[in-house]
Amino acid sequence: MENTQLVETPHTHTHQDNIYLPYLMTIDKVTQEAPGVKTFRLKFQDEAEAERFDFKAGQFGEYSAFGEGESTFCIASSPTRKGYIECTFREAGKVTSSLAKLEEGDTMGFRGPYGNTFPLDQWKGKNLLFIAGGIALPPMRCVIWNALDTRENFKDVSILYGARSVNDLVYKHELEEWHDREDVNLVTTVDPGGETPDWKGEVGFVPSILEKMNPSSENTIAIVCGPPVMIKFTFPVLYKLGFTPDNIYTTLENRMKCGVGKCGHCYVGKVCICKDGPVFTGAELEKMPAEY
Amino acid sequence: MEKRFISQPSLVRWLDKLNSEGKHIYAPVKKGGERVDFGRISSVDQVSFDHVQTTQSAKSVAFPRTEVLFSYQKEKGKVQLDNFDPEKMPSTVVFGLHPCDAAAFNPLTAIFSWNSRDELYDARLERTFIVTFSCTKADESCFCTSVNGGPGNTTGSDIQLTPVKEGFLVEILTEKGIALVKANEDCFEADRGEVKEDYLAKLPLKFDVKAVQERLNTAFDSPIWKKQSQRCLGCGACAFVCPTCACFDIQEDAHGAKGKRLRCWDSCGFALFTLHTSGHNPREVQAQRWRQRLLHKFSYMPERLSVRGCTGCGRCSRACPVDMNISEHLGSI
Amino acid sequence: MKNTFSSELSQKVASMLESGEVQLVIGYEEGTKRPRPCFISDAADAGKLIFDERCTGNLTVYLTKKELIGDSKVVVTASYFALRSILRLLTENQVNLEKLVVLTVSAEGHLIQFETTDDIAAFIKSAPVPAREDDQVLMQKLEAMSREERWEFWSEELSKCFKCYACRAACPMCYCTKCVVEENRPQWIQPWASTLANIEWHINRAMHMTGRCSDCGACGSACPLGLPVHLLSKKITEEVETSFGMNLNDTLQGGNALSTFKPEDKETFIK
Repeated sequence: MENTQLVETPHTHTHQDNIYLPYLMTIDKVTQEAPGVKTFRLKFQDEAEAERFDFKAGQFGEYSAFGEGESTFCIASSPTRKGYIECTFREAGKVTSSLAKLEEGDTMGFRGPYGNTFPLDQWKGKNLLFIAGGIALPPMRCVIWNALDTRENFKDVSILYGARSVNDLVYKHELEEWHDREDVNLVTTVDPGGETPDWKGEVGFVPSILEKMNPSSENTIAIVCGPPVMIKFTFPVLYKLGFTPDNIYTTLENRMKCGVGKCGHCYVGKVCICKDGPVFTGAELEKMPAEY
Repeated sequence: MEKRFISQPSLVRWLDKLNSEGKHIYAPVKKGGERVDFGRISSVDQVSFDHVQTTQSAKSVAFPRTEVLFSYQKEKGKVQLDNFDPEKMPSTVVFGLHPCDAAAFNPLTAIFSWNSRDELYDARLERTFIVTFSCTKADESCFCTSVNGGPGNTTGSDIQLTPVKEGFLVEILTEKGIALVKANEDCFEADRGEVKEDYLAKLPLKFDVKAVQERLNTAFDSPIWKKQSQRCLGCGACAFVCPTCACFDIQEDAHGAKGKRLRCWDSCGFALFTLHTSGHNPREVQAQRWRQRLLHKFSYMPERLSVRGCTGCGRCSRACPVDMNISEHLGSI
Repeated sequence: MKNTFSSELSQKVASMLESGEVQLVIGYEEGTKRPRPCFISDAADAGKLIFDERCTGNLTVYLTKKELIGDSKVVVTASYFALRSILRLLTENQVNLEKLVVLTVSAEGHLIQFETTDDIAAFIKSAPVPAREDDQVLMQKLEAMSREERWEFWSEELSKCFKCYACRAACPMCYCTKCVVEENRPQWIQPWASTLANIEWHINRAMHMTGRCSDCGACGSACPLGLPVHLLSKKITEEVETSFGMNLNDTLQGGNALSTFKPEDKETFIK
């Protein structure tokens, strides 16, 4: 109520519940994925918290650079890989640029896991078709590894991944690994003009390459992650291939501040992305206004 | 609910006692011109009794315009966090707010409790006592009766006072209210049997909220949003004076190795509220932002939180530089 | 009751809309307590237009909003201060007279339609500056204060600001698509509300208005807390006139006081 000054919350060292208080994480490993894109492997500094922590594919978190603020990314590692979490981000704003300056051994913050999950349990016995564009591979990488680590649960696994240029493809080593695996069908593509002389993948935008791939929609779940414009052009192709809205999944990444359904930033109509999502089916997406 | 009577001199005594107990007392005080707003008081003579509405709502008692979520200190790549301590928050009495402001803590709490608790909000509200004044007058912006409130509505009040002959009718409504009275029993007399309604303002309905809500539920694609929002300037005045608007931003106040993480008010009316880092903005134009504001309050919140995001205080209409009169707009949808 | 001038105005814009000469009219209509802005694109609605001494809000704030204007040719009814804003917006290439019809009312109650920039400039030079007595009283009070007292006054007033940015939203000169307070690399201004952060914001805004402000007072009138923030730019405007010889009514010749160099300027650092 004291309106004339900033309201100070008196501080103490006794730890109370506070949903905005991040876990302290040590950066265990930094991988440069592409120009301006890095992956951090993070470990909990508090062992008890590490022990308690659990998440599922599709969930996200708020990552802190102390001194700059928070940024929202999905958890890019699979819940099947225990003992750490990973996040992949592109240097774009104030927080991500500051995070990018951190080094192995440094401390950063993490709040999460937040949001709903991809229902991998429901997908048992089905073919999985992953479609991702650019920096949207990270949210999908979590699901891909989760599926590959429990490979016996699924039939065919196909991955279509496109980026602006060869240089912009993230997780290059993992792309090679998926390429070499017998039980994964990987198609990579770059936008016209983004290819290098020795590029062996496709050239073209994701929706048209998808059409060319012509995957069967029979007993198949499509998981699509990409910028709003890619989603807009990919869905019609999937429908043409016979996919129904119920069998298409995507994850939305609206601007968020709290991550826990309170700050009001991420609403799309009555849908609160951080609480109701970020994972939605095509059917759910159709019911939402196009304000994402 | 117990009824009592308190005389004007006893009211002064009661507030003095609460003040000397160390409670922070906030009440409407004159701010120059016709303006009345909440301020910390030490005596009843500072309180304004004859205004219709304070410029700001009382929400900041639980949701301050800027508050520290936690602070931190960095040293050689390591970070030390300092959490908040609710025990050190002052015990506060908000005195003389109107029923529309007290009722607003309901939707506010619904927002902050959705999905998970918000310990800071809860801790502040827990330490707050709400002593309302029922309304003996209203102005052309008031519309509490149209949103199921009223000049004598007691929702959200711990105690409600109604000015009657020679003093006030006291309605003691909650455990907190009982506690405030109990510690100072000698200030209160037996109820004099005054009929509260005789003293209250009369406020005719401005719209049928059920019908409005039904129309809003299917109005998303209506051209009305563009038409209504044309003169909207996209400032946050309506949201900031609103007792139920709870949108916030999280910011960092950094000073070298030390810093604080802050929560501060934000508004869905601001153009950059939904802007993605990529430059894509899902709500590009003011019509979309105006629609979000109205639908959130009158359609989404009732559907999802079972509570309306409006108590009819009329502040948004009074504060708007270009007269975006909300009851007029709702009525014309 | 509508005055005869408002009827004349309604007829004029109705015929302009009917003939297709213009597509949108930005004027005033009766509001809850005082006239408010209205937007008319159908001649049938022209009857609700009013324009009298109560119409003081500065409508030129809408002229730079692309989502409202689009490619339309627009009529705007301009108060005295709005005319000054239009001159300034013309100087800063934010409006184009080929797409804009500027109407005002003369002291004698006649409808005036401006053809050229010079006509507007000539009109505001000859017309009396509308008096705002409350401002004058407060200005005198402030000028009589010592520097310390003034600092205290402004610290106290600005500490109340909750950063709703109504001042910015109501200002015709605040047309930046990204405001300096939203710029965070670096963070020039702390974006939350607190005494220091508020002073940072209002001083920055006043400096940005230096030599550009039309003294319309829209920022102060828009403030829901009643903070007299318009006096900051008013005072700076006066300083600019004394120090740089720039008069508000000569803004077309003046350029922007803080970013325009003239050979006769006494500062030598730029030479």
